[in-house]
Amino acid sequence: MSEYQLQEIPVGPYKHLVSERALSGETMILNLGPQHPSTHGVLRLVLELDGEVIISCIPEIGYLHTGVEKNMEAKTYLKAEVMTDRLDYMNNMGNNLAYVMAVEKLVDLDVPPRAQALRVILTELQRIASHLVWLGTSGLDLAAMSVFLYCFREREIILDIFEMVSGQRMMVTYFRPGGVWRDVPVEFEAAVRDFIKIFPKRIDEYEALLTKNPLWLDRMVGIGKLDAATALQHGVTGPMLRASGVSWDLRKARPYMGYEQYDFNIPTDAKGDTYARYLVRVQELRESLKIVEQALNKLPMGPVRSDNRKFVTPPRSEIGTSMEALIHHFKLWTEGFPAPKASIYSAVESPRGELGVYLEGDGGPKPYRVHWRTPSFDNLSVVPKIVKGHLVADLIAILASIDIVLGDIDR
Amino acid sequence: MDTRLEKIVKVLQEKAGATYEEFRGEVHVVIDAGQIEDALTFLRDEHQFSLLSAMTAVDYWPQEKPRFHVIYQLTSLTQNLSIQLRMPVNGDQLKVPTATRVFEVANWREREIMDMFGIEFEGHPDPRKILIPDDLDGHPLRKDFPLGYEEPQFTFNFAEIDLRKPYAKE
Amino acid sequence: MGVEEKLGNMGVVTTTLETAVNWARTNAMWPMLFGLACCAIEMMSAQASSYDMSRFGMELMRPSPRQSDLMIVAGRVSKKMGPVLRRLYDQMPEPKWVIAMGDCASCGGVFNNYAIYQGVDEVVPVDVYVAGCPPRPEALIHGVVTLFEKVKGEKFKDMAGA
Repeated sequence: MSEYQLQEIPVGPYKHLVSERALSGETMILNLGPQHPSTHGVLRLVLELDGEVIISCIPEIGYLHTGVEKNMEAKTYLKAEVMTDRLDYMNNMGNNLAYVMAVEKLVDLDVPPRAQALRVILTELQRIASHLVWLGTSGLDLAAMSVFLYCFREREIILDIFEMVSGQRMMVTYFRPGGVWRDVPVEFEAAVRDFIKIFPKRIDEYEALLTKNPLWLDRMVGIGKLDAATALQHGVTGPMLRASGVSWDLRKARPYMGYEQYDFNIPTDAKGDTYARYLVRVQELRESLKIVEQALNKLPMGPVRSDNRKFVTPPRSEIGTSMEALIHHFKLWTEGFPAPKASIYSAVESPRGELGVYLEGDGGPKPYRVHWRTPSFDNLSVVPKIVKGHLVADLIAILASIDIVLGDIDR
Repeated sequence: MDTRLEKIVKVLQEKAGATYEEFRGEVHVVIDAGQIEDALTFLRDEHQFSLLSAMTAVDYWPQEKPRFHVIYQLTSLTQNLSIQLRMPVNGDQLKVPTATRVFEVANWREREIMDMFGIEFEGHPDPRKILIPDDLDGHPLRKDFPLGYEEPQFTFNFAEIDLRKPYAKE
Repeated sequence: MGVEEKLGNMGVVTTTLETAVNWARTNAMWPMLFGLACCAIEMMSAQASSYDMSRFGMELMRPSPRQSDLMIVAGRVSKKMGPVLRRLYDQMPEPKWVIAMGDCASCGGVFNNYAIYQGVDEVVPVDVYVAGCPPRPEALIHGVVTLFEKVKGEKFKDMAGA
């Protein structure tokens, strides 16, 4: 029926990465294939096992390679934004923010304060939604299935807010160069305030289920220790780095979009193991909620888009009455705007780490080179070091704690 | 430019013959392939640029000298500074030194550049393909590699595309 | 496949048997976990609270192809993943169905380039296409119900003598 034979993984291509015991056949090479319930996407791991103990681990990626960087070179700056939502699909608003900030830096565009505050509120809500999926799927991997259902219940509330604001639950493309797409409807404030009221108790529920649970502690404490020096050598950023003791967060170190006005802490933990990463992320849920509340209280009145009509389309209401507005709208959407012949690098703090965009323009309307410095790529490169000597079940816990998204890695 | 960066750029200019340019508050320093490993070690050890934030390449085809620029974005956490190093690579001289001895993250980043651009890094411990499948030859991010755009199937050309689309058998 | 193949075209006897067999198939169809990208998150949302897919018999998602009947290809299929997908499809026992969830699985979606199959029907034969980027959980459930309608209409003579 099937013409595929059961194939043994040949040691040949990995000869320089496995120990000599694999070459003599003493240890076994096992494939944790691209389709697996616990690898958080299509990640393939080739493991060298001595019984259940892992001697070496070789990640193989590229099973979700989408060619986004090359495809964005074929579209204008405005139209290429559509592809940015689909890179790190847990952090759509954050990817939009990284791209839009890069374009604004390249062409030197201003953003009005109301748009900045709205961007902060929605990015922090997106951070909460991303951490909820992380918590739910971690629980699911370690057989705490009710946590998965609770987390997705809260995530539905956030996705309803996104749908109210932009029309789409996940692939929002709401932030545009120069501001946001349109102003939020009147029900937005009430919906966000309702969420702020109920969410702290829900976080307490998750903590009551997990934080002091002996099974959870048993599976997470002391597993996958990462020290700060190795982390920095491997380019690790985000909650993984903060759980190893280094307090580096781009929102505090290089504030953007008005983050310096808000009062929040950066949770760190010195232990560097899986449990520390869990604690750091749960604490980040609380901090993000604080930022949302402060930004909502301070939300200023005003326009939501820049006035610079050479780069930003006019609001719909003007198009019916003004000829220049119609021409600007037409030109910007068909031809696009020219960018200077220079390059910039702009980074934001995504729920996984430093999300950077290297954008180079060539004087024309299409980007000459877009490179996405995605955090999951570097975070994954440290896995071969931290799983040595652990059991296969610990590998699952470690992968869950790193919070990788394969769309981020393979682009 | 920040005064601390000015001192660093001056040292790089004297020791490595580098040139620099500034744009929107960023400093881009252009360094030759022969000096790049020393420059990276110097920045990491003497000025605490301990994080290699990003490493990528740009293709300037059809210009051949240089054809590529390899870009290193370094961040210093203690001083909160960033600097960008650019290494020009000629089209006929694609072998450049590796940075894996200085920053371990360069291991995977250089594999990606090797796969996507075809630049070879000498001394790299693990030069295998990373993102592209084995049966796709070529280096996709080069400007002379086609995008692979296929004609979309609308109602007016539905039948003709249906004939040549490779549907799967049972 | 046993009974259905041998019976083939025996008129009235087979119609009640057909209804019974198709009813059994639709009421407990087990999907295989094949979430690739963003659509996988909406598939997880459809399985979780609010849009519970267990109401439709899909209580568990089986990661093993040997124990599942339905493969929901959720997400973009890259050229490196294509052979893996085909191999898993071949490992599923008959009867099996495929739902192409989302725009990337149906037609390549936003990505028209060297790295993505322009539609997963270039790799496996598809029964139902669900549009959307990503489709809402309700759209996925509508796709599943459409598949149930299709299965209820299956006749033995199409499967006879295979």
